[in-house]
Amino acid sequence: MSEDHDGPASGTDTAVKNRLPEDLRRLEAESIHILREVTAERTNPVLLYSVGKDSAVLLHLAMKAFYPGKPPFPILHVDTTWKFREMIEFRDAEAKRLGLELLVHTNPEGLAQGVGPFTHGSAVHTDVMKTQALKQALDKYGFDAAFGGARRDEEKSRAKERIISFRTKDHRWDPKAQRPELWRLYNTRIHKGESLRAFPISNWTELDVWRYIQLENIPIPTLYFAKPRPIVERDGALIMVDDERMPLAPGETPKQRMVRFRTLGCYPLTGGVESDAADLDAIIAEMQVSRSSERQGRVIDRDGSTMESKKQDGYF
Amino acid sequence: MARDIREPVEPPVDTTSLLRFITCGSVDDGKSTLIGRLLYDSKSLFDDQLDTLAADSKAVGTQGQNLDFALLVDGLQAEREQGITIDVAYRFFATSKRKFIVADTPGHEQYTRNMITGASTADVAVILIDARKGVLTQTRRHSRLVSLVGIRRVVLAVNKIDLVGYDPAVFDRIVADYRAFAAPLGFEEIAAIPVSGLKGDNVIACSPDTPWYIGPSLLEHLETVEAGRETVDRPFRLPVQWVNRPNADFRGFSGLIAGGRINVGDTIRVLPGEGEAVVARIVTYDADLPQASAGEAVTLVLDREIDVSRGDLIVAADSPALLSDRLSADVAWMDEAPLDPGRSYWLKLGTQTVGARVVAPVAVTDVETGAVAAAPTLTLNAIASVEIALDRPLAFDPYLENRDTGGFILIDRLSNATAAAGMVRGALHKSSDVQWQALDVSADARAAQKGQRPAVVWFTGLSGAGKSTIANLLEKRLHHAGRHTYLLDGDNLRHGLNGDLGFTAADRVENVRRAAEAAKLMADAGLIVLVSLISPFRADRALARGLLPAGEFIEVHVDTPLAEAERRDVKGLYKKARAGEIKDFTGIDSPYEPPETPEVRIDTTILSPEAAAEALYEALNQRGVLNPAMAAFDYTI
Repeated sequence: MSEDHDGPASGTDTAVKNRLPEDLRRLEAESIHILREVTAERTNPVLLYSVGKDSAVLLHLAMKAFYPGKPPFPILHVDTTWKFREMIEFRDAEAKRLGLELLVHTNPEGLAQGVGPFTHGSAVHTDVMKTQALKQALDKYGFDAAFGGARRDEEKSRAKERIISFRTKDHRWDPKAQRPELWRLYNTRIHKGESLRAFPISNWTELDVWRYIQLENIPIPTLYFAKPRPIVERDGALIMVDDERMPLAPGETPKQRMVRFRTLGCYPLTGGVESDAADLDAIIAEMQVSRSSERQGRVIDRDGSTMESKKQDGYF
Repeated sequence: MARDIREPVEPPVDTTSLLRFITCGSVDDGKSTLIGRLLYDSKSLFDDQLDTLAADSKAVGTQGQNLDFALLVDGLQAEREQGITIDVAYRFFATSKRKFIVADTPGHEQYTRNMITGASTADVAVILIDARKGVLTQTRRHSRLVSLVGIRRVVLAVNKIDLVGYDPAVFDRIVADYRAFAAPLGFEEIAAIPVSGLKGDNVIACSPDTPWYIGPSLLEHLETVEAGRETVDRPFRLPVQWVNRPNADFRGFSGLIAGGRINVGDTIRVLPGEGEAVVARIVTYDADLPQASAGEAVTLVLDREIDVSRGDLIVAADSPALLSDRLSADVAWMDEAPLDPGRSYWLKLGTQTVGARVVAPVAVTDVETGAVAAAPTLTLNAIASVEIALDRPLAFDPYLENRDTGGFILIDRLSNATAAAGMVRGALHKSSDVQWQALDVSADARAAQKGQRPAVVWFTGLSGAGKSTIANLLEKRLHHAGRHTYLLDGDNLRHGLNGDLGFTAADRVENVRRAAEAAKLMADAGLIVLVSLISPFRADRALARGLLPAGEFIEVHVDTPLAEAERRDVKGLYKKARAGEIKDFTGIDSPYEPPETPEVRIDTTILSPEAAAEALYEALNQRGVLNPAMAAFDYTI
């Protein structure tokens, strides 16, 4: 991409155009291209909104891709009923602010049976309330393409997943039968009942996401910023007591600790990190000396089934 | 490898450039190890990832007590269990100078498919060579593929240099071998670096063990090498992805600029139509821009209402793209199901999707030797030059001029699989720009003027079988009967048109191809063309047949047993071949594949040359070559 913006033709818009460094502009353009391409070629796309920082970036990119129009698809949140309370408030506020149609789905059977991480364990909870719930929602609305904010640097099996990831009628991913993906050409053709998952920010790293959030001034939940929070320790993970459903040992009281979260999910399954980083500058500075990856605090990554097997079963 | 020597990484926040590269090497060249080393030494790994790596290395690693870096890259369960890499993996790392996306591709099955996929988005290729083994068939294969995909900057990483005792002579020899081999591949730059992925020599910092190597380490080179994206200097191209019409007052055309620049006020043309307009606005979410260039995702608003839809290509009015319904291309077949030349596939190029049929036969390149041979179909991992017929005109550029408007995929209409990747060479006839010249005088018209039907009588057989003798007699017979003929004799062609060719397998294929093309031109001129050529391979003869309209190619097998041809040995060649003075002699140390269903077979142990010529004359007569009116009659029966 050219850096040639200082010619006489530029003018006042130069500042706007130069705000992003070249690498982020290249990533941004690629993501916008993917969003437009899938939207143009599929009949009923949806954006999976998980309320985290990656979703925030994805949503921002979708706003850019179709400007001055709005993204011509709804956003879908799969609510396990165990998300941080702030996430739900933030989600509703964002949908309103951006003027987008928000769909929320919870697995009714799981809800009826009272499935949750404390009673059923993280593996069953994740399967019933996330994986199965997502499949239900996609089937219910007949979505044939779902955008997600997954990145290849997150996890090894994601490093091998295509940007456009084909799913069978049962939403299964077959890592050995993926479509080759060349240049900027995406094969989005499917038969009835089959679907695609599309990952427009596949090539972004965690640091790219933070730099972009900062440079573009994208709102994110305050859970990402350090502040004193009521914390208990479970298997070495720092779990925030977000509501009264958190079972405490007799005599156990949550301790106030300076904690922030590097990823957001179900609060009982999301470990925080001790940190003083209370703003974006501090987070980015912390990241550059960080010696652990963002998924470190994720309890579900250690529950015995790999990301690869979860994905094969339809997990995002 | 102690953890405590690892200082915090330099802040890469100011990093502004991005380099994408691909690593290529065969199974044991140590690719994954080298990438792991880059990630580790550039401090791009987190502690929990290192802990996992340490645990995995003990459990399934191959490096004893040391970290097995290959496990970082092999992400899928089957890969880790079997110690192989199945799929293209993308890894990310950054230094204070640059960000990197590495495509790592497996060195075994599916190799061609994965390598082309990884290379399609790469700026630079790192080709690994095992210093103990030197330039291998695999090296040549990888390099040909890298060249085919249009990568022009190559790093030759001579790996495991520690295992040859850091010997500069070994390094120099390998580099010289490689440069000699790669000369025709069109690389602009070959940077050779001696490295050890396992020990870390010259990977991040220059090694004290290679004082004879004056140059950057691998990482230093990758930090500074030109990314080589020249599309900004090309003519303006914008494939329309999305017609943006949020309300009655706004109508814009969104897409990623695939080449060149555009300014407000520039005149554009919309292909495949004729419409021209002036750019009124360049809209982005952030602000309207006065100018935008290749790689930017924008929305153009035009000064007037013209017909534009998704799939159209907006181009600079003064340098439009090619527009044709027939193109020539290099393709790499990527599907388990082979090409079915009778079937229509979807062809997607830019944002256009059209119906496409690959015209058989295809010219398949052997990626190991570079030899070309005709084939009726394409199977997984085959590379070939093909002609593609489209069901409507397509706007495109040659791939070498623009990857985004010259690269395409073929999609199987039934399975929806991505069946092939293609790179456009050019338009076979530009249906818009250039009219096919002299259409008014057709091949039929030329032949009718001569009172004959054009034909190519192709004599194939062993050296000394009697091809030229019979062809010569047949031409005399035809000439006396007032027919218009020409005899293309293999030996004579080698004195002129084919004078630059030897007798290697590749040269023989080219020899036959040129003879076939020459014969085609002459048949088009209305002549009865006699071709006398050993042409030992079926595929080559099939290629010749495919050049001509059905019925015009008459294959004559001059069938003389080897023993008989050798006994005659008119030119003394068999004697020389047996003595080893001539190499690759057909029938002796190079095979002859007899035709399975020739139009005519002549057994020279029964027929004299004169009788054979007479029989052929009669065969041509029966086929209506000598009397077009009879032909029509014959064909209706």
